[in-house]
Amino acid sequence: MNGYAIRAIYRFEMARWFRTIVQSVASPVISTSLYFVVFGAAIGSRIAEVEGVSYGAFIVPGLIMLSILTESIANASFGIYMPRYSGTIYEVLSAPISAFEIIVGYVGAAASKSIMLGLIILATARVFVPFEIAHPFWMIAFLIMTAVTFSLFGFIIGIWASGWEKLQIVPILVITPLAFLGGSFYSISMLPPLWQKITLFNPVVYLISGFRWSFYGISDVAVGISLGMTVLFMAGCVTAIYWIFKTGYRLKA
Amino acid sequence: MQPIISITNLVKTYAGGFRALKGVDLEIRRGEIFALLGPNGAGKTTLINIICGIVTPTSGTVLADGHDIVRDFRAARSKIGLVPQELVTDAFESVWATVKFSRGLFGKPPNDAYLEKVLRDLSLWDKKDSKILALSGGMKRRVLIAKALAHEPDILFLDEPTAGVDVELRRGMWDMVRSLRENGVTVILTTHYIEEAEELADRIGIINKGEIVLVEDKNILMRKLGRKQLTLHLQAPLERVPPQLANRQLELTAEGTQLVYTFDTQSDSTGIASLLRQLNELGIDFKDLHTEESSLEEIFVTLIGGKR
Ligand SMILES: Nc1ncnc2c1ncn2[C@@H]1O[C@H](COP(=O)(O)OP(=O)(O)OP(=O)(O)O)[C@@H](O)[C@H]1O
Ligand SMILES: [Mg+2]
Repeated sequence: MNGYAIRAIYRFEMARWFRTIVQSVASPVISTSLYFVVFGAAIGSRIAEVEGVSYGAFIVPGLIMLSILTESIANASFGIYMPRYSGTIYEVLSAPISAFEIIVGYVGAAASKSIMLGLIILATARVFVPFEIAHPFWMIAFLIMTAVTFSLFGFIIGIWASGWEKLQIVPILVITPLAFLGGSFYSISMLPPLWQKITLFNPVVYLISGFRWSFYGISDVAVGISLGMTVLFMAGCVTAIYWIFKTGYRLKA
Repeated sequence: MQPIISITNLVKTYAGGFRALKGVDLEIRRGEIFALLGPNGAGKTTLINIICGIVTPTSGTVLADGHDIVRDFRAARSKIGLVPQELVTDAFESVWATVKFSRGLFGKPPNDAYLEKVLRDLSLWDKKDSKILALSGGMKRRVLIAKALAHEPDILFLDEPTAGVDVELRRGMWDMVRSLRENGVTVILTTHYIEEAEELADRIGIINKGEIVLVEDKNILMRKLGRKQLTLHLQAPLERVPPQLANRQLELTAEGTQLVYTFDTQSDSTGIASLLRQLNELGIDFKDLHTEESSLEEIFVTLIGGKR
């Protein structure tokens, strides 16, 4: 185990983040505030409570998840795509480190950033609406699992992408719609019966539902299923990454 | 002594089906400076990248200090430093941060004193806090060398280290390579400046179209393939080579004012003494003479020329 290497990659990636810390933190904080102004205050005032929770508080877990998803993918995919693009990846490939160490470094850093962001958004949200967290342990557990899983997913996108457009296309075309349709701003039970069924094919539903349960004890699907789906998705990403490093796919000629 | 790198029947076929290496066998001796020469596209970078773990070999084996580069990659790679051919650097990192990163990446505990020495040796110390993007091309090249040396490798690959480096710095770099060898580091370099190989290398390998054409001690190579030329500046121009001298390797140049005698440095008698005697007998006077040794460059061109 090459601990120095993991630390080197992790620090490198975090340093990249801290160089642009103002944008990195300001943009999610500002967009979250806007969501609260628009959805929480303007629209939310016309919507009564959802399953006993005020609408403003109801959307908090969904908003955090939305940021975690997009930030994890953006950070992790950029983190590995950039050295591939510039050619500096040669050094990582020639170093005495295994795939596992590379992933712990890159994905660990990306996940750390989104977890911090998640907590910052949580604090921002608290400024706008009062809420309590029913199961803090599970809240943190869902936060970490989601951040890691989607950082792994972002890492895969960063390796798969053969150009800047492809790097953008998955988040825009797949992740953002799934996240918006995954119940960030509404409860699945508000949908017509047919849509309720279709929505269950959206993996993000399970993440948001589980995460919201950890806040308010209410959920669209059973918590166990949420947990199971999250773990399943994580396992899928790990398998894909294992295959990538075994075959050298897009990493080595 | 066991070679520090031994390559056996190494083949690389790229994804498109192009065979860049066609069964390369090569041994690099411990502590030597080995120059790998060859025209563009010969396979030099491919060979180096395989040894360093950046390109996967199609078949064949490479041992670095006895460690298989695939099965035992940790041990093998921790001994190797690479300066790539392309100038690839992180733009926004500082010089100091990037060499520290390299050292960590290769699993070495921090050692700021050593890194400071490396940067000083490469005249980069006053740039240590500069962002890499603010450096000139030659400085970036030296940053790459510093990164490659950051983990104290036993084997250093320099893929065209002096491309785009000015004359003075090139000499400085040569001195650095020599001092690395004095400290026991094995250096393998590729270059298109043949005088660089001539200046530095202990042994020379020539690769062409994915095959090693020749590996030879530099001095032996120069002697074996080297030809010397004796040029006589004549007092009076000649119309043609006198028939009495027809059996010698003679040529008239510069409108008959220079007589050029080509001889093999390897043969026991060069025939210079008898030639001069003969000229004396024929009454051909000369006012000056000089000899020239053919350079590695000419040897190289002769070897590759026919096969290109
Ligand atoms: N990733 C790749 N995919 C396909 N072909 C490649 C790849 N990399 C190199 N080649 C081909 O392999 C051959 C050898 O390339 P290589 O870079 O090893 O040459 P070289 O000897 O280093 O040349 P130069 O002196 O120009 O640096 C070339 O014909 C090149 O086009
Ligand atoms: Mg090359």
